Amino acid sequence: MFKYIEKLGDSALYALRDLGRMGVFLVQALAGIFSRPFRFMETVRQIREIGVNSFGVIAFTGGFTGMVLGLQGYYTLSKFGAKSALGSAVALSLIRELGPVLTALMVTGRAGSAMCAEIGIMRNSEQLDALECMAIDPFRFLITPKLLATLISVPILTLFFNLIGIAGGYLVGVGLLGVNPGAYASGIEQSVVNLDINLGIVKSFVFALLIVWICTGRGYFVHKIRGAGFGAEAVSRITTQAVVMASISVLLWDYLITAVML
Amino acid sequence: MSEPAIRFIDVTKKFGKQVVLDRVNVDFPTGMTTVIAGGSGQGKSVSLKLILGLMKPDSGRIMVDGQDISAMGRRELNRIRTEFGVLFQGAALLDSITVFENVALPLEERTSLSRQEIKERVEEMLARFDLTGHGDKYPAQLSGGMKKRVGLARALMLQPRIMLFDEPTTGLDPKISMEIYRLFFETQKKYGFTSIIVSHDIPKVFNLADQVILLNNGHMTTFASPEEIQHSADPEIISFVETTMGQIYVSKEMEKIS
Ligand SMILES: Nc1ncnc2c1ncn2[C@@H]1O[C@H](COP(=O)(O)OP(=O)(O)OP(=O)(O)O)[C@@H](O)[C@H]1O
Ligand SMILES: [Mg+2]
Repeated sequence: MFKYIEKLGDSALYALRDLGRMGVFLVQALAGIFSRPFRFMETVRQIREIGVNSFGVIAFTGGFTGMVLGLQGYYTLSKFGAKSALGSAVALSLIRELGPVLTALMVTGRAGSAMCAEIGIMRNSEQLDALECMAIDPFRFLITPKLLATLISVPILTLFFNLIGIAGGYLVGVGLLGVNPGAYASGIEQSVVNLDINLGIVKSFVFALLIVWICTGRGYFVHKIRGAGFGAEAVSRITTQAVVMASISVLLWDYLITAVML
Repeated sequence: MSEPAIRFIDVTKKFGKQVVLDRVNVDFPTGMTTVIAGGSGQGKSVSLKLILGLMKPDSGRIMVDGQDISAMGRRELNRIRTEFGVLFQGAALLDSITVFENVALPLEERTSLSRQEIKERVEEMLARFDLTGHGDKYPAQLSGGMKKRVGLARALMLQPRIMLFDEPTTGLDPKISMEIYRLFFETQKKYGFTSIIVSHDIPKVFNLADQVILLNNGHMTTFASPEEIQHSADPEIISFVETTMGQIYVSKEMEKIS
């Protein structure tokens, strides 16, 4: 019985310590933005890696999401004789919810896992220690460029996702199912207000921060995570863990932000 | 004599139940070369990591320039590390950039030299370590000994005041290791650096070392010459020396490096 309580306390302490570590990590990563010399070229390279190279996946997911929304929306709305509201239904679902969330999940899978594995391997092969011993701040050198690149890329990708999605909805709704094109467009124009756009923007920034924080942070602390094991196995485990944690956090914060802002 | 560059005061380091260093007291005098020798797994690399502040001792203090490194904040630690030139046992090169970029890294990050100046200096350093023409390779494309040499080139790039080298010549052929020892010797004479070298090359390193520290069973013992080791009264040290290094008596006939 006492043993059980002791174990519980131990786990609680570990969780607290882990959270504290991650908190300090985030502060250091943000502080890296202001320390010089700023690694401009590396940030650009990361934007290419995280942002530009994600365009294909985002176009694909965005397109099909919009098309499915068009299809589903059409059948639901036609039951109420409100087919003309299709444009507004597609656009609002995308801008408020699906755009930010699905973009964040895709970026987590594509770029977040890569970041986590890269930093985890650097930790294991003493490359992070070597940087520190050369008096090069690993945050400014490695983490901050990824942080900035994600913060820049995710909102742009989200915008792109929404545009492609709306086009996909148009393709199905107007092209296949015969909704009036003017009604589709004016539906969007009349129903989308500033709050929706702001909601989408806030979400995409928060999600970006969650992704980069969790994924780089888990990699950075691969040697300190309990039960992760060692070496290659540890890196593979924490990468999986980071992707799951980032995805869950995105969904959780999606609810919180929606509840607070709407 | 001036204050030692690095001083261990009652340092204990444990991993779980394993005691790696047991209340160790040693000095690494300023401007001198100290060689740390000892069997595999005795804690030589751990000792270097303690000096670098990458690991913290369980008790005791490690003074670098009179300051306790385990009590330092991030900023101070960074400042003191600008004085270090470090070679890790596994070289620890950044493996997603080229050899050239690795060696150029300290210059690019810590100096404001122009691109052209950096290129010249790096090429010169690569040539010194017999690496000309390998600048475009990635660490994964190098042999073990080449990685070591790139690591050395990177460590020496900013002319550090304190050099910490973990087995700089292990895995190198005798000609190159002789060459590297000569290079140490020269730079040491010229700049008066403090260096700490982990090496198994006994008795050869005695030609280079001002003192040798033997690490055995958690204890460090300082010797000023090979003869002193031989005359040691400690039976553990005698047997350790005989089994790991053979008869060191031959050292007198060994050719001097200089
Ligand atoms: N992070 C760690 N966690 C647990 N034990 C460790 C850790 N690092 C080192 N050790 C242990 O400390 C001891 C000393 O290791 P160290 O790497 O310093 O050996 P060494 O003297 O450098 O040996 P070698 O000559 O083979 O490089 C070893 O028994 C090792 O298992
Ligand atoms: Mg070692």
